[in-house]
Amino acid sequence: MGGPVIAQVIQYIQSYLDTRGLTPGAAGNMFWVLVYIMLVFAGLSVAVIAMNWLERKILAHMQVRLGPMRVGPHGLLQPIADAIKLLLKEDIMPAEADGLLFWIAPFVVVLAAFTVFVVVPFGPTHAITDMNIGILFMLGVSSLSVLGIVMAGWASNSHYPLIGALRSSAQMVSYEVAMGLAVVSAILMTSLNAEGTGTLSMIGIVQAQLAQGEWFIFKFFPLGLIAFFIFAVAMVAETNRAPFDLAEAESELTAGFHTEYSGFRWSLFFLAEYSAMIAVSSIAVTLWLGGWLRPFPNFLSGTTWDLVFSLFPGVTFLFLAAICFYNTVRMPKHPLFRIQTIGLAGFGVVLGLIGLVLFVPAVSTRVQDIFWFTAKVAGFMYLYIWYRGTFPRYRFDQLMQMGWKVLLPLGLGVLILTASVALLQDKIWHP
Amino acid sequence: MTDSNTLSHLDLETPEKPFLDANELVINMGPQHPATHGVLRVILRLDGEKVLGLECVIGYLHRGVEKIGEHRTYTMFNPYVDRMDYVAAVSNGLGYCETVEKLLNVEAPPRAQHVRVILTELNRIASHQLWLGTHALDIGAITPLFYTFRDREEILKIYEKYCGARLTTHAFRIGGLQYETYTGFEKEVQNFLTFFRPKIDEYEELLTTNRIWVERTRNVGTISAQDCIALGVTGPVLRASGVKWDLRKAQPYANYKNFDFEIPTGQNGDTYDRYLVRMAEMRQSVRIIEQAVEALPEGPIMAKVPKVIKPPVGEVYHSIEAPKGELGYFIVSDGSTQPYRVRVRPPSFVNLQALDLMCRGQLVADVIAVIGTLDIVLGEVDR
Repeated sequence: MGGPVIAQVIQYIQSYLDTRGLTPGAAGNMFWVLVYIMLVFAGLSVAVIAMNWLERKILAHMQVRLGPMRVGPHGLLQPIADAIKLLLKEDIMPAEADGLLFWIAPFVVVLAAFTVFVVVPFGPTHAITDMNIGILFMLGVSSLSVLGIVMAGWASNSHYPLIGALRSSAQMVSYEVAMGLAVVSAILMTSLNAEGTGTLSMIGIVQAQLAQGEWFIFKFFPLGLIAFFIFAVAMVAETNRAPFDLAEAESELTAGFHTEYSGFRWSLFFLAEYSAMIAVSSIAVTLWLGGWLRPFPNFLSGTTWDLVFSLFPGVTFLFLAAICFYNTVRMPKHPLFRIQTIGLAGFGVVLGLIGLVLFVPAVSTRVQDIFWFTAKVAGFMYLYIWYRGTFPRYRFDQLMQMGWKVLLPLGLGVLILTASVALLQDKIWHP
Repeated sequence: MTDSNTLSHLDLETPEKPFLDANELVINMGPQHPATHGVLRVILRLDGEKVLGLECVIGYLHRGVEKIGEHRTYTMFNPYVDRMDYVAAVSNGLGYCETVEKLLNVEAPPRAQHVRVILTELNRIASHQLWLGTHALDIGAITPLFYTFRDREEILKIYEKYCGARLTTHAFRIGGLQYETYTGFEKEVQNFLTFFRPKIDEYEELLTTNRIWVERTRNVGTISAQDCIALGVTGPVLRASGVKWDLRKAQPYANYKNFDFEIPTGQNGDTYDRYLVRMAEMRQSVRIIEQAVEALPEGPIMAKVPKVIKPPVGEVYHSIEAPKGELGYFIVSDGSTQPYRVRVRPPSFVNLQALDLMCRGQLVADVIAVIGTLDIVLGEVDR
């Protein structure tokens, strides 16, 4: 009785396994769409947790401190302890607050931050779906989060959150303009040269870079670079991070728009902030840094180079494992540290095993693109932390001045120049 | 600067009108706030982000230090003054001891004077370090705080070894010092100086030429020399406005006239100039300590002071250049073992009056920068 049913289920699943080189969403494959959504959500949550630990550690080392060291070896379990603490905390709602808006606001922010990952291409087929208006969707949805912030500030019915929300909304709206101009100039580049096809699809944009043989950051040098720079500045402002963290400027507004939030609701804002950082970094990576493409896909092509680059993911994990083992050896030889030492060694073993699995050809070819994409995004995450450790905070009027008087004209100029250079190239040099 | 003793041109009474009849937003900043350096409460009146005026509410840390002084003997009151400006406790002690010595008409022996100068200048560095760290933190640069605290630790270690305390040191006694310096004191101070000199460059590297730092501090909280004098503002704030007034030179106390150093001044009287002045002062302090350690004489550390201090009837005012400005003590003696009245002129308290003037017309973010740049300590403001 049981046998045929299982066989039927397996057959049913197998019929959905083949996506014919498309993303599951584009292929209309609902089963895999669900699996991908789960994977992306889980991956994102892990990334936020890892980012939390990394930020505290890296920032601490920049500031001649050690950072978390007590919970787990080298504080590895600290984010989990924090998450548990936040979940157990009392959920306070101010008596004078607008209850409904206060309740909705964190969800709006989280929803906006997570929904954008529907179109983020981790690989040619590794995306939940491939919309033909992918980049528009991303910009549109990610700017919805400002609504949540304004709601939070208004609903708290308190001065500091209100000012924080006002600042934040003004900042996000003005930087979105410059950001949009930079994005448009990158999109223009997709349609240039005979090989490219004009597209707004996130996957199409990366494929255009592959076809044109260069990342858009180097295209029409220095136009691509300037556009990238504009985006790189605007995206920090867009995510309210240092040096543009006016909305939550601790020393001025205590905590800005989430001053009145606590416990789980506060952790939602935290989650949203970090996933928004990852989201805008993925836009930057997709548009200018070749998305999932490995370095030099055309120049260093051929099976040998393919093999060499396919070793990278495994080597990275083995390297991380080696760091773990090195620190295991350096752990103090004291009975109190025994559990921590074992834990760190165990962590190293897990990383090492993952590394070894990544050497299996069938696996390594499939995770290649995900690895390169993640590595590039991780670079941006490091930059975020570095900014925070280095820069003082901008003042509100200076921030506005930079957005409207520097980045906006610069973006317009780059856009016009990109268009004209492209036209010239198409009409004159390649008739 | 002739008719600068009137406040008429300042007009602190009439507030500015809000733009286009907009509603004023009144914000209560503090006493619990991360950037008010303690328990300062500032009532801000805002037009959007623009500051129309502000009012300081103080007294949350009032402990009645002056009143306590009337019920303690001269010696017993000595440790209390450390609790006023607790980041520059040594300076407070120096001021008090010197004032009572002036009243008694005794002078500390040369060796004690030298040790006093060394410890006080170390204290000036420590105080400026704490100012730099918190001021930068207020403006959003979090990293300098940890650098300055790391280096301040070395100074505190020297204090701890000398007198056993790190913060409220009670390092000096009326008439000199209680403790002889420990073995290797000179060496350790010199080691600190060689360690510390490159650290000032390290702080400056992060901030002095940082575009955002310069934008955030230049032309912020500007105050003219005239207004400074009218309001009684002293210390680095006054010097940054271009007045070359430093009590160590103007009315030399201890034995500062034996040392060769300069008074750094600014021109614009803005936050950036005050930052530069304080950075330069740290360098000058290093110079003074260097000379003092090299010329540290041998000899007694206590002058002949009676066991029970009973100064003659009279009154005395003596002031020293504390890290934050002119720190003055006015003591009235009725001939008994306890002062009849102790009045302290704390630099933070007087400098704080300039806050309203400096913040008018600026933005909320500047209020934070100005509070930081005034370098106030609420323990001293409230006493």
